[in-house]
Amino acid sequence: MVNVLHKEDNYNLKLEELKHKYALKEISSVNHALLPALDKEFKTPQEVTEACLSCHTETHKEVMASSHWNWERTAYVEGKGITSAGKKNVMNNFCLGTSSNEKSCSKCHIGYGMTSNHYDFNNSRNVDCMVCHDNSEEYLKGASMAGYPDRTVNLEKVAQSVGSPRKSNCGSCHYFGGGGNNVKHGDLDVAQNSCTREVDVHMGANGMNMECVACHTTKNHQISGKLYSVSPDNTNRATCEQCHTNTPHLRDVLNRHSSKVSCQACHIPVYAKVNSTKMSWKWSDAGKLKDGKPYEEEDSLGNHNYMSIKGSFVWKRNVKPDYIWFNGTAEQYLLGDTIKSVPVKMNTLHGSYKDHSSKIIPVKIHVGDQIYDKVYHRLVQPKLYGETEGDSAYWKDFKWKEAVEAGMKRSGLPVSGQYDFIQTEMYWPVNHMVSPKEQAVSCAECHTRNNGRLAKLTDFYMPGRDRNKILDGFGTVMFVLTILAVFGHAMVRILSSIWKNKYEKQIINYDDDKPTE
Amino acid sequence: MRKVYIYKGFERFWHWSQASLIIFLAITGFEVHGSYSIFGFEKAAEFHRTASWLLIGLIIFAIFWHVTTGEWRQYIPTTKQLKDQVIFYISGIFKGEHHPTQKTELSKLNPLQRLVYLGFKIILIPITVGSGIFYMLYKTFDQNNLIVIEDYPLASIAFWHTLGAILLMIFLVVHVYMTTTGKTPTSNINAMITGYEELEDEDETIENINNQTNETK
Repeated sequence: MVNVLHKEDNYNLKLEELKHKYALKEISSVNHALLPALDKEFKTPQEVTEACLSCHTETHKEVMASSHWNWERTAYVEGKGITSAGKKNVMNNFCLGTSSNEKSCSKCHIGYGMTSNHYDFNNSRNVDCMVCHDNSEEYLKGASMAGYPDRTVNLEKVAQSVGSPRKSNCGSCHYFGGGGNNVKHGDLDVAQNSCTREVDVHMGANGMNMECVACHTTKNHQISGKLYSVSPDNTNRATCEQCHTNTPHLRDVLNRHSSKVSCQACHIPVYAKVNSTKMSWKWSDAGKLKDGKPYEEEDSLGNHNYMSIKGSFVWKRNVKPDYIWFNGTAEQYLLGDTIKSVPVKMNTLHGSYKDHSSKIIPVKIHVGDQIYDKVYHRLVQPKLYGETEGDSAYWKDFKWKEAVEAGMKRSGLPVSGQYDFIQTEMYWPVNHMVSPKEQAVSCAECHTRNNGRLAKLTDFYMPGRDRNKILDGFGTVMFVLTILAVFGHAMVRILSSIWKNKYEKQIINYDDDKPTE
Repeated sequence: MRKVYIYKGFERFWHWSQASLIIFLAITGFEVHGSYSIFGFEKAAEFHRTASWLLIGLIIFAIFWHVTTGEWRQYIPTTKQLKDQVIFYISGIFKGEHHPTQKTELSKLNPLQRLVYLGFKIILIPITVGSGIFYMLYKTFDQNNLIVIEDYPLASIAFWHTLGAILLMIFLVVHVYMTTTGKTPTSNINAMITGYEELEDEDETIENINNQTNETK
C-alpha cells in the first residue's frame, strides 16, 4: 500500500540540462601573468589601464558606453520625454544622492578621480578595469578617494590576475550600496560569496556556485539586468525565463501562474537570509550629539540603529517581501522634481492586474524621511561628505541649512531656506537569494482568506481568498433553512406516526380488555 | 405487491458515482473557496480538478445512456397530479396517506420529481459544470507555450460556480431526506442499491386511493 501511494518526484529534464550546462565552468584562454605588458611595476592605476588597452585596444569604447561608467542611461519616460537618469541625478532615501558627494560616492564608480560633477567622462585612462576583472581578491577601492584604489593594493599582482568577473568583483559595489553590507538590496549580501543552497540556489557554494555574470550575460561590456531604483525602461533585462523558460514546472497549474506571477514571488520566500538589511532610515533623527560629539548605537545583532551623522535605522533579517504589480517600467524621483504625493515615492514601479504585461513581484520597500524644501516643494540634496569642519558638509558640521545650500548650489536649483522632513518610500525588486524548490512559497500562503502574502493586492479575484459575500451569506442562510425545514418535516412525521400508533393501540387495548374467555 | 427490477445496473452505478463525485467535489470545492481546511489548498485544488474530469466523463456516459435507452422520457414534465403530490408532502404524509401517484418501471418519477430532476439536469448541472469548465480554461497555453488569459472576469465565473454548488448542496439535503418518504424509510435507498423494489399493482393503488377517499369522507 505504501508503495502504491508513494509517488516519486518526476524527473525535470529541463532543469537537469541547465544544471549540466552551468556545472561546466569556463576556463580562461589567456594567463595574464605570462604577458610581458603586465610584467612591470605600476605606479598609478591609470598605467594599468594603459597596459590593458595596449592589447584590448577598443575595449575602452565599450566600457565608456556603459551605465557603469556613465552613471546614467537615456530612455523615454512616459510624461517626461527622453530623459537621462542614473546615479548622477536620481535621488534615494539612503544617502540621498551623489551630487556634491562624488568624492565619497565614486568609490563605486568604475573610474578614477571623480571628485565633482565636472568629471571627464571621455578620458579612457581613467577607466578602472581592475575593479571588475581582478581575480586575486586583492583589489580594493579606497574610502572617499574618488574611485582610486586603496594605497595598500599591489597593482602588479592584480593586473596579472585578471579574468572574468567573479561574485566578489560585482559584490564589491553591489553588496555594499548604501554604505554597508546588504544595506540597500536586502538580497545582495557579502555572504553570497560563499553561501549554502538554502541561501541562494544559484550562487550557493554547495549548489551550482554560479557567478553573477552567468545570468547577467554581457556583450561588449553591456551587462544585462538593471536596477529599478535608477532605470526606467523594460529593456536588456536578466530574467529567470531566459534560462528556465516560461513553463519550467512539470505541473501545468504552476506554469499557468507565470502569466501573472513572477518566478521570484514564489521562489524567494524571504530575503536578507544571512545578514540584516536596512528597512527604515529616518534622517529627521540625525544630529543628536553627546558632549558635542557625534555618536553611534548598535542593536542586538550589531547593526547601527543610530548614527548622529545619518539618523535612526531599523534593520531586519529573514524578511518576507511585499508584493506589487510590475510591468518592467519605472520612474525615478530626479533632483528638481516637484513632490506629487506623500510619502514621496523615490521610484515608482508601474503595473496593475489589468495591464497584460504586469506580474506580481516581491519587493523590499525601504521607508524613511528626509529633508525637503517647504516652499519649492521638492526634495533637496544636502552636501554630506566633507574633508574638514567648516566646509558646510553635514557629516562634519551638523547644520542642515548650510549643507542644503552647499549641496543645491551645485545643481543650480534655488532654495528657500525653509526645510522640513518628509516621508519617503523606495521600491527594491527582490531577485536574488532564490530558495531551493522545497522552500518555495506554498499555495495556501496566498490562497487564504486572511493575512495571505497577497492580501494587499486587491484588484483581482483570487480563489481561496476572495468570494462574493452576498452570495455566500444567502447560500448559508438557505442551506440552514433547508436543513431546518427537513428536520421539522421529519419531526412532524415522527410525532404524527407516534400519535397515530397510540391511537390505534388504544383501540386494540380496548378490544383486549373485553373478556374473551 | 410485486418485486420489480426498477433501477438497471448502469443507472445505479451512475447514480452512486455521481453522488459521491458531487459530494467529494463539494468538500474539496468549498475548501478551495476558503470555507475550511481539510486537505490543504494545494491538494484540494488538485483533487477538485481530477474529480471534475471524472464527473464530466460520467455525465457524457449518462447522457448517452439516457438517449439510447429512451430513459430521458422519464423526465418529461407534467402538471397532472403535480398539485396532489405537493399536497401529499405538506399534509397527507403526516396522516399516513398513500402516495397519490403510482411508481412503475415506465414511470419511476412522480410529477414533482420529474420537474425537480429535469431542473437539476438542464439548469443546475449545466450552470455548475459549465462555469467549472470556464474556470478551468481561464488560463490556457497556446501553440507557442504562451499563456492566454480569457477576457471574462474570474469573479463572475466564480459567482456562478459557487451559486451552483450551493444549490446542489440544498438539493442534496432535500433529496436524501425525500428518500425516506417511501413505503418504509429505507425502501427507496434499498431499491437504488439492489435495483429491486416492491411496487404496488395498479389495482392495488386504485383500491388504496379509494379507501383513502372513503376514510376522509
